[in-house]
Amino acid sequence: MDVLTLLGQLLNSTLVFSTALIFSALGGIFSEKSGVINIGLEGLMIFGAFAAGVGTYYAQEAGMGNWSPWIGIIAAIIVGVLGSLIHAVAAITFKADQTISGIVINFLAAGLTVYIVKLLFEGSAETPLIHAFQKKAIPLLRDIPVIGEGFFNAYPTTYLALILVALSYFVLFKTPFGLRLRSVGEYPGAADTLGVNVTRMRYIGVLISGALAGIGGATITLTTTSTFAHNTISGQGYIAIAAMIFGKWNPVGALGAAMFFGFSQAIRNYVQLFEWSKSIPQEFIFMIPYVLTIIVLVSAVGRSAAPSALGTSYDPGKR
Amino acid sequence: MSASTPVVELKQITKRFPGIVANDSISLTLHKGEIHALLGENGAGKSTLMNILFGLYQPDEGSIEIGGKPVKIDNPNKAIKLGIGMVHQHFKLVQPFTVTENIILGMEPKKGVNIDYKSASAQVAKLSEQYGLRVNPDDKIQDISVGMQQRVEIMKTLFRGADILIFDEPTAVLTPQEIEELMAIMRRLVAEGKSIILITHKLKEIMEISDRVTIIRRGKVIDTVDTDKTNPNELAEKMVGRSVSFEIDKTEPNIGPAILQLNDVKMTSKDGVALLNGLNLEVKAGEIVGIAGVDGNGQTELIEAITGLRKIDSGSIKAGGKEIANLSARKIAESGVGHIPEDRHKHGLVLDFSVSENLVLKTYYQAPYSKGSFLNRNAIDEHAQELVGKYDVRTPGIETKVRSMSGGNQQKAIIAREIEMNPELLIAAQPTRGLDVGAIESVHRQLIEQRDMGKAVLLVSFELQEIMNVSDRIAVIFEGRIVGEVLPQNTNDQELGLMMAGCWDQGGQPVE
Amino acid sequence: MNKWRKIFLSDNIIVPLVAILLGLLVGAAVMLIGGYNPIDAYRFLIKRVVGTPYDFGETIRQITPLIFTGLSVAFAFRSGLFNIGADGQVLIGMTASTAVALSWSGLPSWLLVPLSVIAGGLAGGLWASIAGYLKAKRGINEVITTIMLNWTALYFSNYVIRHFYLLKGQNRSEDIGASATMTFLGSTFSNARVHWGTVIALLAAVFFFVYLWKTKQGYEMRAVGLNSKAAEYAGMNVGTNVVKAMFISGVFAGLAGTFEVIGVFHYQSVFAASPGYGFDGIAVALLGMNHPFGVVLSAILYGVLTYGSAGMSFGAGVPPELIKIVIGSIIFFIAAQGIVRFVLKPFYLKRKKEKVM
Repeated sequence: MDVLTLLGQLLNSTLVFSTALIFSALGGIFSEKSGVINIGLEGLMIFGAFAAGVGTYYAQEAGMGNWSPWIGIIAAIIVGVLGSLIHAVAAITFKADQTISGIVINFLAAGLTVYIVKLLFEGSAETPLIHAFQKKAIPLLRDIPVIGEGFFNAYPTTYLALILVALSYFVLFKTPFGLRLRSVGEYPGAADTLGVNVTRMRYIGVLISGALAGIGGATITLTTTSTFAHNTISGQGYIAIAAMIFGKWNPVGALGAAMFFGFSQAIRNYVQLFEWSKSIPQEFIFMIPYVLTIIVLVSAVGRSAAPSALGTSYDPGKR
Repeated sequence: MSASTPVVELKQITKRFPGIVANDSISLTLHKGEIHALLGENGAGKSTLMNILFGLYQPDEGSIEIGGKPVKIDNPNKAIKLGIGMVHQHFKLVQPFTVTENIILGMEPKKGVNIDYKSASAQVAKLSEQYGLRVNPDDKIQDISVGMQQRVEIMKTLFRGADILIFDEPTAVLTPQEIEELMAIMRRLVAEGKSIILITHKLKEIMEISDRVTIIRRGKVIDTVDTDKTNPNELAEKMVGRSVSFEIDKTEPNIGPAILQLNDVKMTSKDGVALLNGLNLEVKAGEIVGIAGVDGNGQTELIEAITGLRKIDSGSIKAGGKEIANLSARKIAESGVGHIPEDRHKHGLVLDFSVSENLVLKTYYQAPYSKGSFLNRNAIDEHAQELVGKYDVRTPGIETKVRSMSGGNQQKAIIAREIEMNPELLIAAQPTRGLDVGAIESVHRQLIEQRDMGKAVLLVSFELQEIMNVSDRIAVIFEGRIVGEVLPQNTNDQELGLMMAGCWDQGGQPVE
Repeated sequence: MNKWRKIFLSDNIIVPLVAILLGLLVGAAVMLIGGYNPIDAYRFLIKRVVGTPYDFGETIRQITPLIFTGLSVAFAFRSGLFNIGADGQVLIGMTASTAVALSWSGLPSWLLVPLSVIAGGLAGGLWASIAGYLKAKRGINEVITTIMLNWTALYFSNYVIRHFYLLKGQNRSEDIGASATMTFLGSTFSNARVHWGTVIALLAAVFFFVYLWKTKQGYEMRAVGLNSKAAEYAGMNVGTNVVKAMFISGVFAGLAGTFEVIGVFHYQSVFAASPGYGFDGIAVALLGMNHPFGVVLSAILYGVLTYGSAGMSFGAGVPPELIKIVIGSIIFFIAAQGIVRFVLKPFYLKRKKEKVM
């Protein structure tokens, strides 16, 4: 295998591993930019992965063929939004500690999804196998060396993720909605006195994060596992949080960070092709992304760019 | 002032919070082109009333009429639509946003789905010119001065077409010159047909700029008077409910040897900005030295340097002749430096600790409050019992969490703790901020008492009046240096103001 | 008498009790929707726990690590830190104990057991201190570092077990020798895996209480936890306290791992994914209002529910995952106390009226 092909493939599988993280990290950004910590991304991804498994299965049963995974995506959005609604109600309306309320989502998702799967599929602990997304090459573009194989022969979800990165950036930094969302996360008191409805903006932020993390979870079911079980999502939500922080709460930064995590996952498979790597225990290769994250955080200059009001509930009485 | 319909009429507004009646049947009228001052102590109910007018609170009883029509203002949006704008005491500005972004937030001009930043900036620039506000639309809030931030606040209301402007304690953080400038802006605003409600407790400003004054005390209107038919003493008496003297009784200082000596102290921020820039200062036993200056000129850093909360880069700090620069906060406290901190909630107290726990915050590790590794609860409680009595800290009990106490009593607890440690040098930073007149008097008395006992007292305050009244000597700080020293009896606001603005540099030479 | 009355009527007791009740009701509703009989299910759950001495003993076994991890998370909380990394600290503690037990298997029991316990606690503590140190020195949020350290711990433990102590052909370590184990009262509970770790867990709760509320160091730690700025102003060393708090928190978690090896399984598995001890600990700590004795009570509840869920599944056919929904709901109601107060409102009003009369 020549180097260019290898590089192309490496880039390709980097994107496969990153896609789910990109969605979920974007979701995290919308929630946290509005001032609500979302440690429930893991649970929201579980909800999404579950809904995708179930939704796609029933769509296939109903004879929707190749459209079925898209039904799965829509189901994931709906269930993700419903899941994040719990977080929103607890954290925004009832002013619960945002971290704790996020953890609640993780618990409920882990319990509820498997419970429902067992109800629906006669006690089976996972959803039936589905026909998942297939990679789609984009004509012409895919013939570009390295980049072509890397970016333009991917799952539809990957294209969607890249589009959403651009869209999120645009929405957050160019539109009135984005300005208001960010103002609510920086200084809700200021936004409130200008007539921006803090509660509503935060609800929207959290619900968008539910939708996006839902798609993130769905991506795993629909491109990697083809079924949903209790371990389909195991920690990706937490990595997405890391990617969000790493990317300084910026969609483009999060894309970079997600690709970094995806890359370090992809490279595991490739490193093992080389003779010299045999001497390194695989566990150490697995550790790389996590240790690197810590090192990057340690060496990063200056404090991170977290929204100032992150984690604080807004109480108009205390101004 | 004409006899036409008032622009705002508040009728018998009552607002209750758990435990108190914040506004008790308050009525107030504002005429077109009028500057109407609302005078009252901290906690008298001024802010509550204005928050009701601005739609942030709902009154329990009473009604509001704008331009003669009864209205219900249940959110700020409604208030804005009715032409009411509020310039908040604590600026409601998003720090990382630009001036323009802060101004347009909530009613952004659009081009397609985008924000039309170009036309927004142009509008801001135009308004800025019309009212002489001099702000740069593209600066970030975090990079501009306090005075300019306030002008952005004013501009926010004008951008929304406000005709009725509420200024909430607008001069608290400004220099005398900036205050003059603000007064000019306010005059210009009423000349252009706006009406202003000015919330303040500063009598001088009221006398200078307002047309009428409404005085409220403990949630009730005491009186509304024409400014030209009253005088400061009458206003003060109405505000406090008894006659108050502005002069503080104090004898000539009995000055001893130098206790605190700072020599060429330098401190830089992480970004390389000079915070303290070769600062020299001396405080002697038996005197109160007041530090006057505009917020952000190194006051906080000066105190942090002396108390060991932040390291200095070079120079020397001596307390009682002993070098204390860059020692730990604990070592410095033990060597006889007491510190009443600027922000009592952030630094002075652990709000969720009980009174007794807070009273040993600096001494818990010493005998008798600790024996070996263990705390001695009995000793801690006895200590608390004693101090609560001696310093008149009003609390239901020593087990009460300080969070539930009033600001004045919280401050008393801090002062009790610091004075009981019997320091040679007492640093008091903004010690009366947010307190009512009674509490302010008692704090001042205690500072003077310490000075009369031969202690050195360093007072840092943004309230020029406080500095003038309490200090024996005034040192002016500007950009991290003491730019001049004056005696209170030989100076005035104008001179101090110029020094505080850096227009006049004595080079840190003490006056003799 | 009056004092007790006051304690029982205080919000710290009533809110969790109501939250538990509401959580069980949510569970019942979910079961009804799924077509199960909730009363039967809860009956089988209880029956499973108290049915036989063996099951009772196994429930105690289930509760023990929950006490440790609950204490771990609660202790960090009290010092103003969110230790999401108890999971990794458990694994590291486990690994250290396994390593000691297998490496020095020749030592006499009276020496080997304490050594293994100390190694586990110490390793967990040091592992947690990494996050504490990074927080103290570089201001890095401990939530993110502990999450990263969880994964690192997982792979590191697997490396140690697979490369040094692997039982041939299996995905676990060799068995530790009998001299390294510390079961007790096994016969009373028909060979349930009961061990001394339970007693130590209870002692740890007492230590937690005494340390935090009766000692100088505990006073400092609480001050740092409630207001680190004020603690700094008062001359306390915030950084040292942060590291110390994480260390102690990590020791608790490490011991959870230790006793799972030397008390329960007598070997260590190679884990494919995080075993989840730490996340259970978060739930236990929240449920126990971050108070050591509350943690013990909530660990008991949590342990009973989880162990009993198997009975519920066996007897009433309800998937055991239901219990996660119940626990999630309970924490939800505790976190969003507004909801509980809303439910309680009529009672509060009544009480106020009584007072007026």
